[in-house]
Order: sequence, then structure tokens, then C-alpha cells
Amino acid sequence: MKRETRGERGKQEERFAPAGSGPVLEMLSRSAVPLLAVLTGLLLGAVIVIVTDQRVIDAWAQVTSNPAALLAAMWASISQAYQALFDGALGSPYAISESLVAATPYIFAGLAVALGFKAGLFNIGAEGQLFMGALASVWVGYAFSGIPAVLHVTLAVLAGALAGGVWAAIPGYLKARTGAHEVVNTIMLNYVAFRLSDWLINGPMKRPGWVPITPEIQPTAYLPRLFAEPLRLHAGFFLAIAAAVGVYYLLFRSTLGFEMRSVGANPHAARVAGINVGRTYVVTMALSGALAGLAGASQVLGVDHWLGQGFSAGYGFDSIALALLGKSHPAGVVAAALLFGVLRSGATRMQSAAGIPIDIITIIQALVIAFVAAEALVRGLYRLRSQGKVGAELFTRGWGR
Amino acid sequence: MISHEVGQVERGGRPGMWAETGPIAGRPARTPVVVAFLVMLVIVLGFLRTSPGGEAVFTFTPGGVSQAAPLRPLSVPVDPTLYLFLLLTVGAGMGYAAGRIRSANLVIGLSFLSLVVTFLVWATAGQSLNLLGMLQATLVRAVPITLAALSGVICERSGVVNIAIEGMMLGAAFTSVVAASVSGSLLVGLVLAIATGALLAAVHAGLAIRYRVDQIVSGTVINIFATGVTSYLSARFLQEIEWLNNSGTFPNLSIPLLGRIPLLGPLLFEGNLFFYIAVALVVGLHILLFRTRFGLRIRAVGEHPRAADTLGINVAKVRYISVILGGMIAGLGGAYFTLGSVGRFDELMTAGRGFIGLAAMIFGKWTPVGAFSASLLFGFADSLQTKLQILGIPIPSEFLLMAPYLATMVVVSGIVGRAVPPAADGQPYEK
Repeated sequence: MKRETRGERGKQEERFAPAGSGPVLEMLSRSAVPLLAVLTGLLLGAVIVIVTDQRVIDAWAQVTSNPAALLAAMWASISQAYQALFDGALGSPYAISESLVAATPYIFAGLAVALGFKAGLFNIGAEGQLFMGALASVWVGYAFSGIPAVLHVTLAVLAGALAGGVWAAIPGYLKARTGAHEVVNTIMLNYVAFRLSDWLINGPMKRPGWVPITPEIQPTAYLPRLFAEPLRLHAGFFLAIAAAVGVYYLLFRSTLGFEMRSVGANPHAARVAGINVGRTYVVTMALSGALAGLAGASQVLGVDHWLGQGFSAGYGFDSIALALLGKSHPAGVVAAALLFGVLRSGATRMQSAAGIPIDIITIIQALVIAFVAAEALVRGLYRLRSQGKVGAELFTRGWGR
Repeated sequence: MISHEVGQVERGGRPGMWAETGPIAGRPARTPVVVAFLVMLVIVLGFLRTSPGGEAVFTFTPGGVSQAAPLRPLSVPVDPTLYLFLLLTVGAGMGYAAGRIRSANLVIGLSFLSLVVTFLVWATAGQSLNLLGMLQATLVRAVPITLAALSGVICERSGVVNIAIEGMMLGAAFTSVVAASVSGSLLVGLVLAIATGALLAAVHAGLAIRYRVDQIVSGTVINIFATGVTSYLSARFLQEIEWLNNSGTFPNLSIPLLGRIPLLGPLLFEGNLFFYIAVALVVGLHILLFRTRFGLRIRAVGEHPRAADTLGINVAKVRYISVILGGMIAGLGGAYFTLGSVGRFDELMTAGRGFIGLAAMIFGKWTPVGAFSASLLFGFADSLQTKLQILGIPIPSEFLLMAPYLATMVVVSGIVGRAVPPAADGQPYEK
């Protein structure tokens, strides 16, 4: 295609430059758009909180007679909300621990999608892979007993990674073999995974009794907690950080990672260069799915210790936002995941203390992705100079071509 | 006339974003057809082996009030029927093997028909099943899927991938119920649902066309946004202010005289308003896409935007119109969930129907009629699984619910039939 413009080449260089070698300034300017996107998202979120507050609506009714009351109501609404958000996210050791707990599956799932992006694959099925991982982990967790803790928890974690990986390898294989697009197949497999988990949790894996949940896993399969109750921070968080480092080395320091990035940049050129594109698709999807599976595994082994229906709360879908926000770079993904973790645990408090539905986070996330994806929007809004790489950030470049 | 030249381009190009042929892709051969056939044959044989014998009774009781004359129940001997359809399957397979039947689709279709019939007879053996009720449920359940699929057809024919249908339907379901509750008029609700769909589609189109955001990303944004906003507002207002969330529903239409025809009457002429809207849209879109100048432009833009541009077609404008039209149809689909079904909004009530619609669109090879047929098939699977629970079949209903998704994967992978998307599907156009 003739889109190989100045901008494209800039991006190309960025892809292949050994990451981390750039000066701090470069890092800052690269994260300007994501940061502004987050800021804009939070601001718009505040607007939504204000205009949907009953007190503000009441004050609005008498705005002509008492305009000061409206301002006061708006201030009360927003200060209460964001105070609760801050308290819930960072206000105490417990809050910080909760934020990190919430960030853990985000890191894994965000890495999963980001890894796919790097190879030009859009893994929209992280949610399903996460379910499969959680199911496998919980099964290993409760079905075996009498194994030493170290071995048991390792097996349970590996089972989660394996299940997610196999689940994701299916669309990878189908793409490599038949050319079927992974987006549609991963969406379909999401629903298959949901039905499968419905059935398993209601049937073969149901604990005795009425409630459709799985048995509790053996204590030997717990991911160990780092502090005394009630702090829930568990080893999974460090596993996630380790995974991010691993993904970094894989992508930028290994042959396989080079092949992935080459395929992502241009599958045809990669093929000409002797890279087995089909194999790269399968391997990338499998690794991506394994990471998503780990997200599920860390959640059940570290936090819940059992599995109920619909347990995931959309981690898999949020992961798309994370990968975009983090510009598909492991470090960026970790930063984005920490932010989302903070928002999520803060939002829980916001819901209980200020009565603001937790779904506000979902809205903010959608806005943030929109702003990150449509860079031109944010740049226009803040009068930022473009750096010659504005335009379509096409992760799916070369699809079908 | 331009039309002829552009017409040549149509459907001939290389596939767009949903499937990739080319050096990576291996052409599916006869093997997958044979495998699919053998699997179905084995299942039919399985039914025969585990057949309890006796008779299966199919009744034809219309649900609700009906003016149609009642039909006598149909009693079918189980084993002979199973053998008959086994014979049909084997015959089709042998015909294919001998080269007498060329069309793989025909063989697969016949085997599938046998599979469904034998399954129904096997499952009903010794009991009775309300076939008419099941068919009625099939049509009703197919309605939202059809509307979603039609929305996808028109968007993607113009070259814009729309995975945001789910979000558009959810948003429309919400606004329609609130508007209808506040105004007291279902029609106002319907109009607002369409407007909501159009608005969200305009955002999608703007992001995808103007800002050239990756279309999957843009669609995902809309899905997440609609989920967030509806859940947020629902938790904030609808759950506390009960009257905001009580719209009522459109009554079933009943066409005089035609409604009296036995079987067909209750099935086709005494139904949900949205069913008629959906059918009308199937016909309308078919005509629009394949019989009008504008339809030709839509397809030209979706297949080869550069060629269309060269001929003086405004690519961006055609895409905007198509996507917004698609959004309006998705809005209608959203209104079905509330105004056409339960009369209130619940969080996440669309429950993935938008994505199933996408599957139906692919299954139906990006044509309105095909999408409708696929939606009927998916609706059938959906209504079948509820009946199975009543019949107490040892097959978990979840597996039946998986069938549409698995079938879509099979079709997308080109194992059976080949789904060829519009060539420029998912690709932004830059002058």
C-alpha cells in the first residue's frame, strides 16, 4: 500500500529501535498523549458524575433564584466522589494493597493483548482465555490434595497458563492454516468459553449444595499472601511484574520476539525474509492466551479461591484498553494496569461512600481508549504539535492483504 | 452507465479483514466436507443406537390467543423415521462420493437436515413436543439477531467493520425505555432508539473514517462506552425511580383472515411487530443493495474504494451514510429488547446478541437474505435448547448454545462453504 509515508517509517524505527535506549525526554513526549487522554477521561468522568447527581439536578431547578447553591452542589458532588476515589485507592495501606490486587489481573491481561498487537494479531478473546485459565487453575487447586504447597501452586498456575494458551492457539492455528480472521474466532470462542464454564460450574465442577460455584481450592494451592489479614496483596502481583519483564525480553531481546515484531510490521516482508509467519501466529496467540490464562489463575489462586459464574468482571475486555493505553509496550502496560487498578479499587469505595455506580470506571475507560486511539483528537484538543506520526494507529495493518 | 463497470469489481476482489487468503492460507479441500459429513452421520447413527423406540408426538398449539383453526397432533414412529433419514444421509454421502452430487453445500445441508429431524424425533420419543410453539419461539428469538446482522451487512458492505452493534443495541434499549416511559408513547421510544443507534454509529463512523482509528478499536470503544453509560445510569436512576423504567410493549399484530390459516397463520401472521419490521428490512436492504444505484455505490466503496473514488463517488460520504443506516437498524434491534419484549431495561440485557448477529452476517455471506436465514438457524438453536430442558434430554443445554458460535468458526475458516467478505472491509480509505 502507498501508506508508507514519513509517519510509517517513524513508527517502523520505533518498533525496531532497542527500547529503553531513548532519552528521558523522548519517553515523556511519547507518553504525553496517553497521559492527556487519561486526564481528559477523568475530567469528562467528573462531568458525568456532576450532571447525574440528584443534588445537582435539584439545585439546577432553582438556578435562577440561587445560583450559588448550584455551584456548591456541584463542588460537593465532585469533591465527595473524588475524595472517596482517592481514599479507596491510595488512602491507606489496605487501599494500596487493594489497588495492587486489582492491578494484578490487569497486568497479565494487558500484556496478553499487547503481545498480540506486536505481532499484528488482535486478541479480543482474552476474556474467554481468562475464564479457561481460571477454570483449569481452580480444578487443579481443589482436585488434588496432599501435594507440597510449592509444587501444588506451581502446577495450578501452569494449568491456568496452559488452558488459556491452548484456547487462544485455536484461532491462531485457524488463521495460520485457513486465513480465518482471529477477531471473529476469538469473539466466538469467548462465548463458547462462557457456556463451557456455565456448564462446568453448574455441573461437573459444582460444589455439593445449591449454589453454582466450584469447591474451594486447597490451601496448598493458594498464591501466598504477603501481609497479615486483611491485606490481600499476594504473590501473583510479583508474578505479573515478572511476566512483564519476561515479555519485554521476549519481544526486544529474543529471536522469537524479533520474528513477532517483523510479522506485525509486515507479514509479507517477514515471509520473504524467511520467517514462518503461520508458526509465529500460532506461537504468539498461544503465549498471549497463556498470559490471559494467568490473569484468571492469579485471580482465583490469589484472591477468590473459588470460582462462580461471571467472575471475571470484564478484565478481558478492559485489557484492550490497557494495551492501547500502554502503547503495547510492557512497561506502558504495567503503568496503565496500575492506573486501572487504582481506579477500580477507588471506584469500589466511591460506590459505597458516595453512591456513585462503579460503572463510571467503564465509561472513563472507554473515553481513554477513544482518546488514545484517536491521537489527533487529543492533540487537537491540547494544541500539541504532531511529531510526524499522527494518523491511523493501525494495529491491524495489512489485514487481509 | 457507471454501474456496469463497477459491478464487475464486485465480490471478485481479495477478501478483507475477516479472512485472509494468500500464501498463508491453504485452500480447503474435500477432506473437511467429508469429515463434517462423517461426524453428522455418526451422530445420526448414535441416535439410532440409543433410540428408545415408540412414538414421538408433535403438537401444534399456538402460544397466546390465536384465531387459527387448531391442528391435530402428529404422531411419528421413532425407529422408522430414524432409518429413513439415515438412508437420506447415506444416500447424499454416496452421491457425493460417486460424483453425482457436486455441491458440498447440498450434502452438508441434507445431512444437517437429517441431523435436526432425527434429533427432534429421538429427543421427543415417548413424549410430546409443541412444534409450533418452538417455531414461533425461533422467529421471535431470530428477530434481534436478524436486526443486528442486517446492521452489520450494510456497514461492512461499505467497508466499515462494525463490532459495535452490541453497544448500539444496548444504548438504544436504554434510551427507548426511558423515552417511552417519560413520554408515555411507545412510538417516541422507538424513534429515540433509532436516533441513539444513529448517534453511536456516527461516532463510530467519525472515529473510523475521519480519524482513521482502527475500526475494531473504535467498535470496542463504543461497546465499552455503551456498557458503562447504560449500567451507570441504570444504577443511578432506573433502579431508584421505578416509573422511568416501565415502558410497556408493542402488542402483537394480528392480520385478519391470514391469521386464520392453520400453522402458517399463528406462525407468520400473528406475531411481534419487530418481526415484521425485520422481514421488511431484509427485503428492503436486499433491494437497496442489489437493485439501486446507491446500493451499487455502497458495494463499490466496500470492494474497491479507490476505483469508486476515481469514478467520482464520495467514499467517505457513502460510508458515513451506510454506517449510520446500520446504526439505525441496530437501534431498532435494541428497541426490540425493551419495547418489543419485556418493557423494561436491565443491565447488559442484550447479552451478546450483537455478536451473534455478526456471526449470522458472516454465516449469511454478507447478504441480507443470507443473514436472515442464518439468524433463523441461530434462533432455532436458541429455542431448541429451552425445549430440550423441558424434555429432559441428557445433553446439557449449554452445548446447544455453543453450536452457533462453533458453526460460525467453521464457516469463517472456510471448512464448509466459504465466506468472502467485502474486499476493503476494515480498511480506512485515504485519498
